[in-house]
Amino acid sequence: MELDPILLSRIQFAFVVSFHAIFPVFTIGLASYIAVLEGLHFKTGNPAWAKLSRFWIKVFAVTFGMGVVSGIVMSFQFGTNWSNFSQMSANFLGPILSYEVVTAFFLEAVFLGVLLFGRDKVPRGTHLFAAIMVALGTFISSFWILVANSWMHTPAGVEFQDGVLHVRSWMEAIFNPSFPYRFAHMAVASFLTGSFVVAGVSAWYLLKGHMVEVNRKALSMCMWMILVLAPAQAVIGDFHGLNTLEYQPTKVAAMEGNWERQGNVPLLLFALPDQAAQENRFEVGIPNLASWILTHSADGVVPGIAEVPVEEQPPVGTVFWSFRLMVGIGLLMIAVGLWGLYLRVKGRLYEPGRFHRFMPYMIASPFVAVLAGWFTTEVGRAPWLIQGMVSFSEGVTPALTGWMALASLIGYVAVYAVVYTAGGYYIWRLMQKGITDEEPGEQDETAHPKRPLSGGGPIGETSPAAPVKGDWT
Amino acid sequence: MIDFVMIWAVIIAFGVMMYVLMDGFDLGIGILYPFAPNEDSRDVMMNSVAPVWDGNETWLVLGGAGLLGAFPLVYSVLLPALYLGVFVLLAGLIFRGVAFEFRFKAGPENKGYWSASFAIGSTVAALAQGIVVGAYIQGFETENFVFTGGAFDWLTPFTLFTGLGLVLGYALLGSTWTIMKTEGETQEWAYRITPMLLAGVLGVFLVISFWTPMVDSFVRDRWFGNIAFIWLLPAGALGCAALIYRAVRRRDEGIPFVATLGLFLFTYLGLLASKWPYVVPPEYTLYDAASARESQMFLLIGVLFVIPFVLAYTAWTYWVFRGKVKVGEGYH
Repeated sequence: MELDPILLSRIQFAFVVSFHAIFPVFTIGLASYIAVLEGLHFKTGNPAWAKLSRFWIKVFAVTFGMGVVSGIVMSFQFGTNWSNFSQMSANFLGPILSYEVVTAFFLEAVFLGVLLFGRDKVPRGTHLFAAIMVALGTFISSFWILVANSWMHTPAGVEFQDGVLHVRSWMEAIFNPSFPYRFAHMAVASFLTGSFVVAGVSAWYLLKGHMVEVNRKALSMCMWMILVLAPAQAVIGDFHGLNTLEYQPTKVAAMEGNWERQGNVPLLLFALPDQAAQENRFEVGIPNLASWILTHSADGVVPGIAEVPVEEQPPVGTVFWSFRLMVGIGLLMIAVGLWGLYLRVKGRLYEPGRFHRFMPYMIASPFVAVLAGWFTTEVGRAPWLIQGMVSFSEGVTPALTGWMALASLIGYVAVYAVVYTAGGYYIWRLMQKGITDEEPGEQDETAHPKRPLSGGGPIGETSPAAPVKGDWT
Repeated sequence: MIDFVMIWAVIIAFGVMMYVLMDGFDLGIGILYPFAPNEDSRDVMMNSVAPVWDGNETWLVLGGAGLLGAFPLVYSVLLPALYLGVFVLLAGLIFRGVAFEFRFKAGPENKGYWSASFAIGSTVAALAQGIVVGAYIQGFETENFVFTGGAFDWLTPFTLFTGLGLVLGYALLGSTWTIMKTEGETQEWAYRITPMLLAGVLGVFLVISFWTPMVDSFVRDRWFGNIAFIWLLPAGALGCAALIYRAVRRRDEGIPFVATLGLFLFTYLGLLASKWPYVVPPEYTLYDAASARESQMFLLIGVLFVIPFVLAYTAWTYWVFRGKVKVGEGYH
């Protein structure tokens, strides 16, 4: 069998990127949450915030470590497997990725040391500052990465000269047409991810009666976030979709499973796209709804996949189904936000029950949604590396042979399997150990007298809830 | 007209140098791990670099991204040429990187695995980097700005030897760092092994000095040509070596590390001087490899503005974590 270096490189990149992507979305959200906790502790002196912060910093450290190493792998993939693409696009992507390193990576990495190890070595205000810098760094990093990614979808401000792209306008290239939507979509996705993880873990602790006081605070904060952000994300996603319709109509056609350009397009709930036959089997849909969503009119014309030659079509099935998965999870998130609001109004948000048993399962949902979203947008761009300009086959490394790509792919899968299994296990162990009281021997750094805390030992030793007056958010 | 290519050559050379010096000592800690006297020593050694290793490694990413931005040809020839070696390097960095967190999270029964992961990962990463240096001296087979050689061109006795050289060099950085950051038994041990590592490094240094001109006539002409002051670089390196030896005998704590940094600096400059101005030897110079002028300028504006801040807050964290690391001084 002939090994195809292009296909194997695509699988390899998809694997590495998918694995990497789940860490930043979590760490961006969590870094901001930690900064907020540190800020609240600094302002109020209430040790509950410090306890929460200490716990989540530990989780952050483990996930950040895994995110860093998988990120280093990614930055080298461009050169190893897509050297022609690197060469062609270096005039734009090189400076953008370098800006990410100097404005974001150093900020995160250097201040992370102070955040993790410096609590007793620097003044409290400086420690808070470090927490804010780490959060800011993760955020700036996502800015540059989405500049680079958006530009590959909607290239602007560049022109080809002798087979190499030259930048004509930096402003147009950086703030390319899809950038604002993508950036907003990912930023909100990150905050939702952080919220769902913290909410799920807090709900689980409440169920176990572990550290009830602090976990109530955490759950409450997260449910407010989810209530606001989940619907907002749907609106942003809708705008993003309209932008894609304008610049990448074939992708939208694949998302809708619409083969021919036509009006009165139904919103398909279920279908089996058949690329060979260029049609769907077993369609179930709501009449006119896709036309209405995309053009705000029931007979609005929606572009069709078959408008471009078969070899320029993305794999429709993957795009169609990953899009449905993302939207489905998004709707579920909105429902969960409303459920939380209902319980809060009824005064039962903290009462262990069905809601608290359900929330831990929701921890996986933002990660699955993010990956599904990435698959929709990235697979939907196929066969283009840079939309309409550079294809996969033009971008691949010329000297790369199939077996080299296969060997390194197997290698990465093996390494990641070991490392991330272990990482998952250690996070699980941290969760089980739970939130601890001040570490032994540590002085209370707050100016306030020590309050009686709920006695939180390891999980299992349930502690009575001891709410501190006036602290409820 | 300003020569952006030259400015960028200096910036990239500086970035790579920063990486070698800074990640060098924390990789060295990993290389020395199996030989540490006991588990407490290993804990202390890891804690001495835990707050800073992440920032140190970022210089590698800057080197990679900076090359793509300023000299994309280097990126698009070297990485494919070193394809399998790059994978090995990254696998090494992954295993050692996660070991920082996992080792302290693991129970006593699994801690050993992460110590091994840290040691093997660090050694493999250092070896791979040394091989890159050797492969660079060797040169690359190219045609029309594209790598055309085979998957194992980089694997020769010469490159393996330069790999070994860098492993020993990083170990020396690690041992002198350990002298500076620890006390008691761990420091005693570091004092003992430093002269041996120094002897090893000098041995490799000597062999490579004779071997390189044989591998490469360009280098031979450079060193035995008419620029005499180039010999100041190896002389400086030897001077630093003498300083390390003397400082260890006098039991100075800080000077051995600083002198090792000097040793690396002179060796590195010597290497650059050997090949200048070729960045993808034997065919392409800095100017062939450069990206568009407007791209170099756009990036330069930001880098010149931001790098001083990066250096300042990096220096500040080293200041925050100054002083000896003690046994049992807790991880967060």
